[in-house]
Amino acid sequence: MSGIGDRFLAVFIGTVLLISILATQAAAKKLNVVTATTDMAALAQEVGGDRITVESIAKGYQDPHFVEAKPSFLLKLQKADLLIIVGLQLEIGWLPPLITQSGNPRIQVSAPGYLDASQFAEILEIPTGVVTRAMGDVHPLGNPHYWLDPDNGRRVARGIAQKLGELDPADNAYFQERFQDFDKRLTAAEQKWDAEMAPYHGRKLVTYHNSFTNFAKHFHLNVIGYVEPRPGIPPTPSHTIELIGLMKRENCKLVLVEPYFDLKTPNSIGAATGAKVVVYLPSVGGEKQVTNYFDLFDYDIALLTKAFESAQ
Amino acid sequence: MYKTILALAAVILFSISLWGQQANAPNANDQAALEQRIRDLEDRVIALEGKLRTLESTRAPSSPQPRPATEAPASAPQTAAQVPANPPIIPAQPSPNETQAGLASPAEAGQLPVYGGASAASKALNPDVSVIGDFIGAAGGNSPPPLATLQPFPAFQMHESEIGLQAIIDPYARGDFFLSFGEGGVNLEEGYITFTALPAGFVAKVGKMRSAFGKVNMMHNHVLPWVDRPLVTTNLVGGEDGIDDAGVSVERILPAPKGIFLEATGQVFRGDSDDVFQQVQRSDVSTVEHLRAYRDITESTNLDLGVSYARGHNDGTITLPGDFITQLYGIDATLRWKPLRRSIYHSFVARSEFIWSQRQQLPSEQRTFGFYTSADYQFGRRWFAGGRFDWSDRSHFANLTDKGAAATLTYWPSEFSQVRGEYRFTHYAENRDSNELFMQLIFSLGAHGAHPF
Repeated sequence: MSGIGDRFLAVFIGTVLLISILATQAAAKKLNVVTATTDMAALAQEVGGDRITVESIAKGYQDPHFVEAKPSFLLKLQKADLLIIVGLQLEIGWLPPLITQSGNPRIQVSAPGYLDASQFAEILEIPTGVVTRAMGDVHPLGNPHYWLDPDNGRRVARGIAQKLGELDPADNAYFQERFQDFDKRLTAAEQKWDAEMAPYHGRKLVTYHNSFTNFAKHFHLNVIGYVEPRPGIPPTPSHTIELIGLMKRENCKLVLVEPYFDLKTPNSIGAATGAKVVVYLPSVGGEKQVTNYFDLFDYDIALLTKAFESAQ
Repeated sequence: MYKTILALAAVILFSISLWGQQANAPNANDQAALEQRIRDLEDRVIALEGKLRTLESTRAPSSPQPRPATEAPASAPQTAAQVPANPPIIPAQPSPNETQAGLASPAEAGQLPVYGGASAASKALNPDVSVIGDFIGAAGGNSPPPLATLQPFPAFQMHESEIGLQAIIDPYARGDFFLSFGEGGVNLEEGYITFTALPAGFVAKVGKMRSAFGKVNMMHNHVLPWVDRPLVTTNLVGGEDGIDDAGVSVERILPAPKGIFLEATGQVFRGDSDDVFQQVQRSDVSTVEHLRAYRDITESTNLDLGVSYARGHNDGTITLPGDFITQLYGIDATLRWKPLRRSIYHSFVARSEFIWSQRQQLPSEQRTFGFYTSADYQFGRRWFAGGRFDWSDRSHFANLTDKGAAATLTYWPSEFSQVRGEYRFTHYAENRDSNELFMQLIFSLGAHGAHPF
């Protein structure tokens, strides 16, 4: 070995080493939590209070399936003590390479700082039998939009509180107390939401993407179809015509659209069927004023009750 | 097992609620407490289901009914972490199904595990398998001059079938293999282990890999925004295979002012990379260094800049005594735009790479330069249009310059297939022109890969 290149490499490695030693940071007092989506961040914030800092990678108005693996996210992951993911392959298109490149052993899959929140929740639509991509971008582990059932929110919050307690035993009692408080507030809120939705039990609706199953189950609504012919496949004319026919037969008067989808097809469906087209929020942060888990349900339930009422 | 536990849980739930009713018979109105109890039990059943799911994905599929083939491998690396610390709840009387399926631990049962059964445990820990097919059809005339490096495409070609095998190896590393089956045979395009749990934020790769020289050199064929590769790549950086060699790579995120992502990569390779580097002795190793700076300008726009350096022995070393060195310097710049609220409908990427080559050869050292600049715009959920301009000297002949341009139109039937048309014009240094039309079909089977960034 000889020449400029080798010396260049030696100097290069030396510099990198030196910088990294100099940059070693003192251990932060607060647990640094990074979550894949805003909903997980909102739940973590509820139980973590001021003993954690929490930041979400995806924004609330962004399609969580198609987040870009931007290097700037690595800056967040690099310092994270805990990474909370939605799981069920929701983040499969962007999170795995970020975890690998983060250079952070604490949050690697199988490390204590990696938490797949789906393990705590009730998961619906787990496919049985043969799963193929002819079904579209199907999630073979079940529907990942489970946070839209407040009962799942409670279960996930309990799981997060326990994990926070494991990572920071000194504050365990604090996290448990925060969870008990959240549980109480959520139960009270649920009673209110259930009462508000009670007159509309069994109402039929259509959603753009299959993201509403858990919400519909909890509040006894009936999702009869989707604007997408298959998950992840854009609307086709033939499917749209079929859907319009179905909605007319079933007298379905509501189309819910996630904020990241184009409104052209839903609007034409609305025009053909007389159904109301409503942009609902699947996640915290979808609109500026929706800043926590409670706001999310308040917002969506207000939308739904208004839409159902005007459809009468 | 799954079903049995569920059934058992239901029985417990039922009997406890019966018992609860009897116990509370005097205050039958006390529904609330009962409901609360049922809710608690529901929670416990759901927690149990979750534990089972994680167990299923890390061990054998628990029920003898056929499970989707994609499920187990895809979920294994994602959920391997959550094997609960508590042992799973085992029903007191295992059903005949379970013993048949060989789920009882072999040590306890005193028999060897059964392989190849409907619930073979080995499937759960198989790596994620994917196959990507790349078919290219070409039309139009191209008779490249004898010294040109541009890659010819026949009328029809199953250009490449790439098999990806990826898995997490252990808590400290992951492994990635990409075998490409082309018309000329099988090539290990990449095969490396990545150490993800090194101290001080280092990430190391060992194996054969595409080196971090610029952007295009890192990209597999199926993630390129074009059918072919730019002229500067074929003329100066080894073409389709590029600098792809066995060695060691170390990267680390460097401290930088807030909001700037700075990453350094240092790589040492054996020194064999297509016609760029060739080693004769063990000491003829090549090195590649890359420094990347990235910044979000807004939430939808970002800028990605890089400088690269590569150095190694070239093929002059084979025929003549003495050291013949090739050095490459590169600058790459990428500007991306993607509005978050409509991210699946619109995006724009503009990219340029400038490469300087300094090649020692007889009779005299050749100093050459080349670049490409390209832009791609997504104008619908499934539609992309792009253009590219090429300009490059040939590495062996500084006085010969090829120029070219290309326009592409891409259609995505789904996330897993892609049809692309490309028109390419090339003006060779020998004053020959060629006009070509390419048609490419890319299709992907198996595990859902990560989207390229």
